[in-house]
Amino acid sequence: MRNLILAALAFGICALLPFGDNGYWLGLGVTIAMFTTLATSWALFSGPTHYISLATAAFFGVGTYVTGLGIDTLPFWSLVGLAGLIGAVLAALVGLATLRLSGVYFVIFTLGLAELVRQVITWVQNNTGQKGLYVLTDLDEAGIYWWLLGLAAAVFLTGWLIGRSRLGFALRIIGDDETVAAHSGINTARAKILLFMVPGAVAAMTGAILAPRYVYIEPSLAFAPILSFQVVIMALLGGASRLWGPLVGVIPFTFLLETVSSNFPNQTTLVIGIAFLVIVYLLPNGFVGLLDRVLRRTKANEVQ
Amino acid sequence: MTNHVLSLRGVTKRFGGLVAVNGMDFDVAEHEVVGLLGPNGSGKSTTLNLVSGALPLTSGNITLWGSRISGLPAQTINRKGVSRTFQLVRLLPSMNVRENVIVGAVFGHRRRWGHDASEHADHLLERVGLGGKGDMSLGQLTYIDTKRVELARTLASDPKVLLLDEWLAGLNPTELQIGITLIKSLRDEGRTIILVEHVMDAIRSLCDRCVVMAAGTKIAEGTPTQVLSDKEVIRAYLGDDDA
Ligand SMILES: Nc1ncnc2c1ncn2[C@@H]1O[C@H](COP(=O)(O)OP(=O)(O)O)[C@@H](O)[C@H]1O
Ligand SMILES: [Mg+2]
Repeated sequence: MRNLILAALAFGICALLPFGDNGYWLGLGVTIAMFTTLATSWALFSGPTHYISLATAAFFGVGTYVTGLGIDTLPFWSLVGLAGLIGAVLAALVGLATLRLSGVYFVIFTLGLAELVRQVITWVQNNTGQKGLYVLTDLDEAGIYWWLLGLAAAVFLTGWLIGRSRLGFALRIIGDDETVAAHSGINTARAKILLFMVPGAVAAMTGAILAPRYVYIEPSLAFAPILSFQVVIMALLGGASRLWGPLVGVIPFTFLLETVSSNFPNQTTLVIGIAFLVIVYLLPNGFVGLLDRVLRRTKANEVQ
Repeated sequence: MTNHVLSLRGVTKRFGGLVAVNGMDFDVAEHEVVGLLGPNGSGKSTTLNLVSGALPLTSGNITLWGSRISGLPAQTINRKGVSRTFQLVRLLPSMNVRENVIVGAVFGHRRRWGHDASEHADHLLERVGLGGKGDMSLGQLTYIDTKRVELARTLASDPKVLLLDEWLAGLNPTELQIGITLIKSLRDEGRTIILVEHVMDAIRSLCDRCVVMAAGTKIAEGTPTQVLSDKEVIRAYLGDDDA
């Protein structure tokens, strides 16, 4: 309960950001809020199951296109909801097709998914003679920020509820030993698909919210595979074993990327690559794992 | 007519060219303890895997209280009241002892959740001789204690049929007596048990009936005394070089 109040307070303070600054810091705030929703929802599924999903870009891109296609006819809030629905259904279909397979196939398939959807949209656009979509709204940067913050709060609340539910417990068991899970009465395929729908819906909603920021959207922008990798790295850097873990990775990594891309615009991919190696070698369980180790050591010292 | 809980008919499992289980037929009556015996590699664990749904059958069928369970996934069979231990103990490393037991209570035959599940787990830990050790991590346990945790998890869904794969193997003589008493108490509370076992003391004192396998086939069936004096059984155990 105390944690809930603290979290609500933190969100309240974050919500004040647009009143303090409307330029650089707000832009950074939008990026952090975006990666927080993406990485936190990603870890809800991938943390316990250890399935590495590279489908973020696919869901995100679908979301931007929902806004791009519907902005002239439907209210913005309904587009965000619709994107979530489509993202969840797409995730369920991907889950049905792949989650019975082993982890490696899952990684490859999810990576291919973004490319597949991108190719389909490009093909449709080539055949209709349309190149991209203009997204013109009166939603400004502050509005986008508040939308993303609201979504982030919903993601944390969902994660907190799942952590207390039978579904969350089932996923932890599956992550430890899928055979034991099945022999304990858990419908492992159903549990995995249900949980995979969460990052699917959230990434699509994030894309829908951010579409107005791009003004003009085209497939190569909306479905950029680098987004999927960034989300994985941030979540792992923070640590996927706790709800707040990814956030701890998102904030420093966003600042790092920001610094690099403004000083060495062509080296962004290199930074991502190096960060990946650092995580794998030095921080296999992210900052969360590091913290756990330190805490355990202090505890052991106290006992002595 | 006897009340068959479990019936295997022509149950066969092929791994590529190897026929690990070949046309097994046997029945298990309610409240009965049936020993599944045979030399290493004769197909005992595979038979349990077929019953629990860990592996699909190549042919044949298995029924539970007259309705077919072969072809169903493991989770469905577990929910119908069949629960098992594994020859190589399988526990969940990220969870403590109590949580490992709760795992068995939440999704299976009889379901519990929250405080109820936790209390039930502590009660079962007490029963298998691990009272007060619920908060321990798995790393602090001895080998027999890991086996006890697995048995407690298996019991947590209140199963009607228990499949125990060499649960008594590797125990010292004192632990063995405790183990035998524990399994007896399970049978006394009305559970039906299939026991894969090599320990002769345990077989004699626990089993109502035994089924003996060799190279995937049933070679004998009867009371422990009958099968242990059967010529073919003795040859399967002692006569072959690989026994
Ligand atoms: N999953 C598997 N894949 C291939 N062969 C297997 C598999 N499981 C068991 N076997 C083979 O089936 C035979 C029977 O094994 P098993 O049932 O474990 O024997 P037992 O439990 O009686 O010692 C052995 O030859 C074993 O190598
Ligand atoms: Mg065996």
